[in-house]
Amino acid sequence: MSALVLAGGQVLADGVIDFNVGALGRNFWSLTVSGLTYGSIYALVAVGYTLVYGVLRLINFAHSEIFMLGMFGQYATLMLLGFNPSGDVFQQGVLLTIVFLGVAMVGGMAVSGGAAVVLERVAYRPLRRRGAPALVFLITAIGASFVIQEFVHFVLPKLTGNALGGVNAQQPIRLVQPSTQFELFGANVTNVDLVIVVAALALAFAVDRFVNATKFGRGIRAVAQDPVTATLMGVSRERIIVLTFLVGGMLAGAAALLYTLRVPSGVIYSGGFILGLKAFSAAVLGGIGNLRGALLGGLLLGVMELYGQALFGTEWRDVVAFVLLILVLMFRPTGILGESLGKARA
Amino acid sequence: MRTRTPRVAGLALVLAAGLAVAGCADRSTDGGTAADPSASGSAAEDGGGSAADLAIQPLVQVDAEGAEVAAGGDGTEAADPAGDGSATCDGVAIAMAGALTGPNAALGTNILNGAQLAVTQHNEANPGCQVELKQFDTQGDPQAATQVAPAIVSDASVIGLLGPAFSGETNATGPIFNQANLLSLTASATNPSLTTNGWTNFFRGLGNDNSQGAAVANYLTGELGFGTVCVVQDDSDYGIGLAEVVTETLGDAANPDCAAEVKTGDKDFSATVQIIADAEPDAVYYAGYYAEAAPLLSQLRSGGVEAAFASGDGSNDGQFVSQAGSDAEGAYLSCPCGPAPEPFAADYEAAFGQVPGVYSVEGYDLATIMLAGIDSGVTDRAALVEFVSGYSGVGLAKPYEWDSTGELASTTTWLYEVQ
Amino acid sequence: MSTEMTTTAPAPVHLGVGDRVRLWWDALPRQTQWVAGVVGVLLVALLPVLRPPVLTTVGTDFAGVLAQFGMYALLAIGLNVVVGQTGLLDLGYVGFYAIGAYTVGLMTSPSSPWNLTDDWLSREWGWLFAVPVAVAITALSGLLLGSPTLRLRGDYLAIVTLGFGEIVRLLADNLSTVTGGGRGLNQIAYPVVGQSAERPNGIFSAGNTGLPLNSGTWWFWLSLVLIVLVLVVVGNLERSRVGRAWVAIREDEDAAEIMGVPTFKFKLWAFLIGASIGGLSGALYAGQVQFVVPTTFNVINSMLFLCAVVLGGQGNKLGVILGAFAIVYLPNFFLGRTELFGIPIDGNEIANYRYLFFGLALMILMIFRPQGLFPARQKLLTYGREVYVIARRAAAAATGRRTPDTTGGAR
Repeated sequence: MSALVLAGGQVLADGVIDFNVGALGRNFWSLTVSGLTYGSIYALVAVGYTLVYGVLRLINFAHSEIFMLGMFGQYATLMLLGFNPSGDVFQQGVLLTIVFLGVAMVGGMAVSGGAAVVLERVAYRPLRRRGAPALVFLITAIGASFVIQEFVHFVLPKLTGNALGGVNAQQPIRLVQPSTQFELFGANVTNVDLVIVVAALALAFAVDRFVNATKFGRGIRAVAQDPVTATLMGVSRERIIVLTFLVGGMLAGAAALLYTLRVPSGVIYSGGFILGLKAFSAAVLGGIGNLRGALLGGLLLGVMELYGQALFGTEWRDVVAFVLLILVLMFRPTGILGESLGKARA
Repeated sequence: MRTRTPRVAGLALVLAAGLAVAGCADRSTDGGTAADPSASGSAAEDGGGSAADLAIQPLVQVDAEGAEVAAGGDGTEAADPAGDGSATCDGVAIAMAGALTGPNAALGTNILNGAQLAVTQHNEANPGCQVELKQFDTQGDPQAATQVAPAIVSDASVIGLLGPAFSGETNATGPIFNQANLLSLTASATNPSLTTNGWTNFFRGLGNDNSQGAAVANYLTGELGFGTVCVVQDDSDYGIGLAEVVTETLGDAANPDCAAEVKTGDKDFSATVQIIADAEPDAVYYAGYYAEAAPLLSQLRSGGVEAAFASGDGSNDGQFVSQAGSDAEGAYLSCPCGPAPEPFAADYEAAFGQVPGVYSVEGYDLATIMLAGIDSGVTDRAALVEFVSGYSGVGLAKPYEWDSTGELASTTTWLYEVQ
Repeated sequence: MSTEMTTTAPAPVHLGVGDRVRLWWDALPRQTQWVAGVVGVLLVALLPVLRPPVLTTVGTDFAGVLAQFGMYALLAIGLNVVVGQTGLLDLGYVGFYAIGAYTVGLMTSPSSPWNLTDDWLSREWGWLFAVPVAVAITALSGLLLGSPTLRLRGDYLAIVTLGFGEIVRLLADNLSTVTGGGRGLNQIAYPVVGQSAERPNGIFSAGNTGLPLNSGTWWFWLSLVLIVLVLVVVGNLERSRVGRAWVAIREDEDAAEIMGVPTFKFKLWAFLIGASIGGLSGALYAGQVQFVVPTTFNVINSMLFLCAVVLGGQGNKLGVILGAFAIVYLPNFFLGRTELFGIPIDGNEIANYRYLFFGLALMILMIFRPQGLFPARQKLLTYGREVYVIARRAAAAATGRRTPDTTGGAR
């Protein structure tokens, strides 16, 4: 045993983990900009987790695959519009590019939203009917996650003549060449950064308004707060649940487009899993079930990951994310902002 | 449900507004190419060098010191699996073990297809000797490999093995094949330590990480004259080994401040790019596979890093170019393998509907060597090990002749450039 | 051992066949149960020797598959303590498996800087020495993870444990000067016993491929022995005060706390015991494969372990063993198979789709049998046998007309 204790000291002495404060300091603002951009993608995906959790107390583990389907959805939309993947940037002019991006986003949102509704219908509703315990939902979600991934991995290429899916990532279709627009404290802000952050904020704002200021949003909050009373008051619980999945799925689809703007060659069957895991962590970090918590958690996670990578080395990215999560939960057991989609339940 | 439609439209509007705001600033990037009204994309011309005609072209053959070596043959005198067409044999098989399913299936399939092509050509030319290629799926997982290995060993018809494909599974199964004295001819396991275990049946069909890494590092600092290089590695066995040798050989040229490690499966490398941009190197060397190399290169270029990009045989795959597009232009890719001659690539594509990938040529060459052994009358495992250890001949990729440890006697490295 | 699990047909009248078997089994004297159990275990142990025709695997070595099943069975039993008995959702159980395997690897692999085998530990006995250390260290890690996080409830605990599992794997991947990173640790020690001319490195060496007693068989037997030992320990715990506390926590943590159960302490116990069983399994893994690498321990495997538990029926420790069997065996069943009952099939193609089928099977199973294939029943934990004997007599007397209500709802 003492040998092991000695060995433990050796790890620290060898400088296996070293701190590079200089790298963090020099690149602080660049990392911040980049982290906020990436974090806003996390945030959009996290909203999907948080909405479903708020209404159903269910970790929709398959949400990462909904996001992945969104990537394929926007990709397929672009292909239908006539873009042949070539790995190059298509120079379209600003206006057309925006139109194409908008159409692709709608395509991605349609696929993701549709898939989320189908998932709810096929996998979760039968369980709800039977009043299954939470763990059963989780296992179903894991099963669904396998099915969707393997579908894109093996079945989709057969259906589309190898145009979509398969082992390798899709050859990227790039509409926007990242280029610096202006500098912020010495950090380059590119057009892609701007599109992502603005679009994500706009969507987040729209969802926040939707949940907090519309009839349907009231329904969602009511069901989240007390399903039985909500039903008695005339809210159709089933419809609200479908709506929740739809909204969450659509946001994931939108996030998928924004993600491919930043990472054009990320369209691959396995591309959703880790991102989904992080987005879920972001949702928990902010307080799952809490919309604004998801946003805060996403941005925080995005930024901290990049700081951590500069400080400890790029391989520590996920460790930083999970350690941050554990630390926050130890001191704030229900996340930073707490659960509150329909005001926390006891 | 009906009332939701305006909501969706509202979302889309907000979104479009957001895009428009960002788009206004976008004008400067657009090289004045007017939007073609008829263009629904397919007609859209791309800006600079068209990616469509980029390809990985052989540049130069170098030795371990990075010095240029005159290129050998062009593959015409390479061993042909067909042999002279008069071989006779009965009920013999060779096995291929590697990841055929799972996340690393692409590499395993490349090897399998290469070997399959050789076996098919052999069997067509030799009606009297039909060799079967048996495939065993290790999923690239060491534990699964330990279950597969006894099945291979206990199959009496198998007299030679192409594989295991990865160093991890080779480590786990080496003792099994060694004790059975079954020829283990790997087309892709490059961990240098594998030949130090004293396995008499193990032969490596390509240079290990040491030879390739040293050659390319010397070439980068010597011939190309790069002063500082950032070495980025993935977390695979292959990437770690290669990066270690490259960093060591580069010596002072390797900048430790921007040495980064990424994870297999990562697609977003913003921190890595930032750190590299900060260090302003002359070149970036990536030790890993194309799935990460292509997005890394793209993001480096987007992030304003114009340094030269070099990588190893793991990235030397058509997928690298197709995914990085025009960003791939000028990238240096090394490989301990020579360029595949035209007929091979054509046959391969005809048979499997895809271009040869990483390690396909090795799979073909090594299967050819085993088939040559069978054609020469070898019928048992020990004799095939014997045959291979005494083998000397030229394959499609390079000359094959092994030293006593199972390493190739002479390895040269080819450098390719995407152009 | 397996007799009570074989029948699960739907209930014809009042009592399901499964329930009847259970009732009959629970009423048996302890000695008879043990004899039946021993016979059952012996039958299972004979599997790799007999290699029954259809059952055996084609593309992989059946004994090797069974050896892996043995490890997964241990994992399932350990995870069952945490998830099934105590109701704590642990998504990072693979972390303990990894810690166990890496402890053995670090102590006995020549490529590890902390290798003890060239120092004062012999390679022959290094593994045996490392196993208890591995179990102790994993238990300690369970304590370290558990004490700050077990105050979290439900889904928060799930994500924290998931994070823990990933952190363990990433540490193994990143601390490459110690763990070898992605290169892994090779030539890990294994017990060297039973050396002979054909088996120069002993029966546990991977090089032992002599059928039918190849290394897979020996590892399977070793894990069977450990499974029985662990089952005895866990079974006794289950029937003790600890087990009752676990059930109370699972059913209603607040109520349990109010009734005076120190919930935190018992949750920690469950974590600790679950972790050490996972570590034991990891130590077995390291010995059998003689090579550890981080990719083996990714989060998907955590999900698989959890699936084994839920598939088998959480809370039922024999059920989860069968769940583990399904998880390990079914994908291997199709590998390399070209025909089944005379019908030609492309086994490799099917094996390609294994996760697709697996996912579908999980979804369908959860809809139609959410409690798992062999669900746990509430039963008396103390003085159970006496009651079951009476219940059985009552059932016999009533000739199946009325269901004695002691069978289902007795708590």
